[in-house]
Order: sequence, then C-alpha cells, then structure tokens
Amino acid sequence: MFAFILSRILQAIPVMLVVAFISFAMFAYVGDPVSIMLGQDFTEAQRQALIAGLGLDQPFFVQFAKFIGNAVQGEFGLSYRLSRPVAELIGERAPATLELAFCAAGIALVVGVAMGVYTGLYRNSWLSRALLTFSLVGVSLPPFLIGILLILVFSVWLGWLPSFGRGDVVQLGWWSTGFLTWSGLKALVLPSITLGLFQLTLIMRLVRAEMLEVLRTDYIKFARARGLSNRAVNFGHALKNTLVPVITIAGLQLGGIIAFAIVTETVFQWPGMGLLFIQSVSAADIPVMAAYLMLIALVFVTINLAVDLLYYAVDPRLRIGRGQGH
Amino acid sequence: MQPILPSPSRERDGAPILEVRDLRVEFPTRRGTLRALDGVSFSIMPGEVLGVVGESGAGKSMTGAAIIGLLEPPGRIAGGQILLHGRRIDNLRYEAMRKIRGKEIGAIFQDPLTTLNPLYTVGDQLVETMLTHLPIGAAEARKRAIGWLEMVGIPAAAQRVDSYPHEFSGGMRQRVVIALALCAEPRMVVADEPTTALDVSIQAQIIALLKTLAREKGMAMMLVTHDMGVIAETADRVAVMYAGRIAEIGPVRSVVKAPRHPYSEGLMASIPPLDRKVDHLAQIEGAMPRLSAIPPGCAFNPRCPHVFDRCRVERPELLETTATRAACWLYDPASAKQAPEALRHG
Repeated sequence: MFAFILSRILQAIPVMLVVAFISFAMFAYVGDPVSIMLGQDFTEAQRQALIAGLGLDQPFFVQFAKFIGNAVQGEFGLSYRLSRPVAELIGERAPATLELAFCAAGIALVVGVAMGVYTGLYRNSWLSRALLTFSLVGVSLPPFLIGILLILVFSVWLGWLPSFGRGDVVQLGWWSTGFLTWSGLKALVLPSITLGLFQLTLIMRLVRAEMLEVLRTDYIKFARARGLSNRAVNFGHALKNTLVPVITIAGLQLGGIIAFAIVTETVFQWPGMGLLFIQSVSAADIPVMAAYLMLIALVFVTINLAVDLLYYAVDPRLRIGRGQGH
Repeated sequence: MQPILPSPSRERDGAPILEVRDLRVEFPTRRGTLRALDGVSFSIMPGEVLGVVGESGAGKSMTGAAIIGLLEPPGRIAGGQILLHGRRIDNLRYEAMRKIRGKEIGAIFQDPLTTLNPLYTVGDQLVETMLTHLPIGAAEARKRAIGWLEMVGIPAAAQRVDSYPHEFSGGMRQRVVIALALCAEPRMVVADEPTTALDVSIQAQIIALLKTLAREKGMAMMLVTHDMGVIAETADRVAVMYAGRIAEIGPVRSVVKAPRHPYSEGLMASIPPLDRKVDHLAQIEGAMPRLSAIPPGCAFNPRCPHVFDRCRVERPELLETTATRAACWLYDPASAKQAPEALRHG
C-alpha cells in the first residue's frame, strides 16, 4: 500500500515538471514584464536594476532551477499587476473557489447519483424520461448561459438570491468562509448550481448507464434469487458495482470544477482564483498565471491519487498481495 | 419471519414439495405473443431429483425461472399453477415471493464466475442471505457461514470465509454458490446447469456434492441440464422438454435405456457409447422450431421418423407408456393402428 502511494507520487513528479516548464516558458515568451512593471517613465538604470532584481539576466537553466526551487516552497514571486506576492494573492482567493467547487461537486455527486439510480431502476417511468430530457439540457447549454438565466429568474424576477459576490464572509484564520452567514450561503446557491450542472447531468447519465449494465449481471439475478430485499440488491449490490467508473469520472470532473470555475466566477463576479486568473491574463500577469497553472496541475495529480486509492477501497480485485486468481 | 412450510414430521407422506400444473409462459412481442412454455406439468417429491433435459431453447431454464418467480420481463406466467407444499406461489406479489426465494426455494446458476458479487467476501454474502431469512444474529450467522463452507467442501473454511470470490477457483466458487443457495435451508432447489461452466473433472465432484446434500437434507431438486451423463448419474426421474412442452417424463432408467417418445429416442441415440467404437454419432435431422413457428399438431412432427397424419393435426398430451409418460400419438390405442409401420419400427 505504501509502495503503491510512493510509486504514484514518483509518477506525478515528471507531470509536475512538464507543467512547471510550460509555466516557466510563459515568462520568456508572453509579453515583457519589465516594461509592464516600469510603466511610462523610467531610466535605463532603473530598468537594469529591475531586470537584475527579477533575475532575468541569468541563463535559462539557472532561472528554471530557481523557479522550481521557489515553486516547491510555494514562492512564485511578485504579481506584476498588483506588486504583491503571488502566494498571498492566491491564498486570499483560494477559499472562495474551493468552497464554490466543494458545493458544486457535492450537488453534482449527491443529486447526480440519486437521479442516475432512479432513472436506472425505473427506466420507463415518466419522471425518468423527464430527468433524461432535463439532463440533455444540462449537457448542451453552456454554463455562462445557465448562469445568466438563473440570475434572470432568481435574482431579477423573483429577487430571492443575490446575483453576484460572496455575501458576508467570516475569517477563520487565513481562511475566509461564506458557510457561516446566511447571505454567504444564499450567495453560494446560484454559482454552485451553474458550476455543477454539467457534472451533475454527466454523473447521472453515467450512473444510469452503469446501473442498467449491472442490473443485467448474473450476480444481481442471483442476489434476487437469494431473496434479498430490493434495497439490498439495488444499493448494496448494484450501486456499489457501478462505483468504480463513477469514481473515475467524478474525480476528473472535480478537478475540472476547480480548474474551470473561471466562467462561473466571471458571470457571478465571484472573488475566487478563476476571476484572479482572468484578470491576470488580460494584464499579462505571468507570475500569477504560472502559479495558477501549477496549482491546477497539482489539484489534478492529487485527485488522481485519491481516485486510485478509492479504487482500492471499493474493488477488492485490485488489492494485490494475497490470495490468487483462478 | 415465520417459515411457511410445515415441519417435515407433519408433512403427509407422499405429498410433493413442488407441483407444476399446466404451466404456460408467454412473451408478448411486437409480432404477437410467443408461447415459451405450454402445458408443462410435473411434481417433485421430498428427496427426489428431477432432471430436465432438452436442446437449447426448449424451455428448461424458463421453467426454473418461472418457479423462482424471476422470469425476464416481458415474459409472464399466462396460465397454470405452481404449488409449493400445496400452496400456490405463481400469483404472489413480488415481496411475498421474495421471502420464499432463498428461504424455501434455493437457486443455483450456471456460471460460478459471474454469479458471485465480486465486491463482497463470500462470508458477507452468506451472512447477508441468512440474516435476510433466518431469525439469527450476526455472530451466529457467521458461525453458520463457516459451517456451510465446510459442508460444501471448502478447505480451511474458517480462513476462507473472509476471502473474495476472485480468490477462489471456478469449482470452489460453485461450491460457494451451492452454500449460498442452501444456507437458508430451503426444501426445494432449482439448479440451472450447475456444472456446464466447469471442467469435466470438477463436474463430477459438484454433482456428487449436490446429490449428497439433497439426500441428507431431504430436499427436492430440479436439475436443469443438457448433459445426459449428469442426468443419468444424479436424477431419479427425467423430464425431456421440446419446444416449450414436456415430451416425455419418467424414471431415469426407463427414459435413458428405453425411451418411448421418438424425440427422447433420438436424444439418447446421440450419446456416444463408451463400450464400442462408432464411425459417426446418430443425430436428429433438422432443428427445433423457433417459438414463432411451432408447427400445428405435435411440435416434433417435421423431424419425427414415425410421423403419421394425426401428428400433423392434433397435439398429443402425455400418454401412459410402459414405464414413462410420453406426448406421442403412438401410445394412444385409437391412433396407433394408423401407424403400423411406425410400431413395427419401434
């Protein structure tokens, strides 16, 4: 088990190095940070001092090695745009994005699995057909449109929920949370639905397809022939066997939710990392972009590891080292 | 949950455990209703093994599925009765039938590699089944689970109880399946091709195990197979099925050694003899008709070597022959005269 985790971490290192290289390459090829930071009026001496200060006069590999060394310590330098440490900026914004992603993923998983199981078990009921039709809408409408529609209905027409921002937040140490205030919770609803809807419909359709597949298997027939209750058969035996592919997709989708919260955050002016990233792109703020890229890569690598560990927990056939095959 | 079956001591001698009367199973399709089983009747006594043989699609497994109440939809019982201990079970609601499955009728399936849920240990699956049907606690169920694994011949059962299905060989898995089918102590077992997916060397062991358990526990067993060797070895009586009907039913020796129905005759003739060399095996000309194209009269008439006029018009019911009952007009005194040549042949 330990060896397995270690090997997975070792496999993740080259991935992170490649992403680091791409991030780093942006410094060399995207825009000229020196002229951005200096503005209109500067002397040649100021220019040279800044170049030396940023370490831009050093050879490529030295710069890359330094970049990696700093990145490992969470040090990504100063934002060109805001002249503040990148780590601090991301640290401020991360709680907003993570809370939003957590809610969106929660909605997608809970509702998606429930609807998938229902449509799999009662595939001919009118509700199943309605849910399937609804899921097509969820898959085919782009999130920004869904977000705008939700704002129109629930904020403009009904006036129930706020149309932008996080509401009131409470500071818990460096973490700012919207979970503890009523306005914070209300502000989470629309963005979470917007962000999670695509994943929700995807998970629902996946669970449904897997349920239909599993319900046809011999072990489900045998479970019924043993007189087990419907609940035991459907949830204990059938649903658990659909989990391995669902975990794979859900894991990757969770990464996607964090990485691609950009659109939702823009629509709802959500003060998270995605909004920071968009603002940084328009200002060619390379350090922030590089740090964001690395962070997202780290998120994906971590989730992949978690998914592999979950396989282990769910499917005994993947646990090696004892017993034998047939 | 109270067991519905009477205790063995109170049971009248000679009362069958399972009785199937005139069972008809239909499949509604777009092109009309297909009759998969038609007028199937038989009964099984305590401790008796009824073998059911026939070609693929003859309705053997369908009969088993109808008895345990798990016909694949849209298939449904359209007529007849199924009685367990004299009580009708074919018209029960799903929940009432569920309590009978496993508890009073055990089922053994064909392929042990796919019959066990891969995500649970065999012990968990045994315990789950027993807790569903028996008024015992988890600790007692686990003790019994180990006992059952021992009884079906799994070595080191106390350790193996926590193993997953993939850690067992095919033959061992079928033993686990048997333990699962029997662990709630049903008096009736439907075994659908229990040895077909196994190596020949394992088949004999599994059959011997089933036979021993059936005798020890006084269970009635319906053994569905297309393997005549298994039938001859295990069954007390045999039903030969053809195109959804019983063609012949009787004691195993009579059906194997002296079959009366021309179809059973052909079936037995196609078994290679062990004691002498043959150049080629006898086979029955033609193929079993599809359900949508069963000919009028006797379903076997297009392939029958003794066919005569009445066979093409009127469908025979089971008629008494010397030792068995056969659905064949050759055994009706009224029409036998019309087929002198056939009788000479027979």
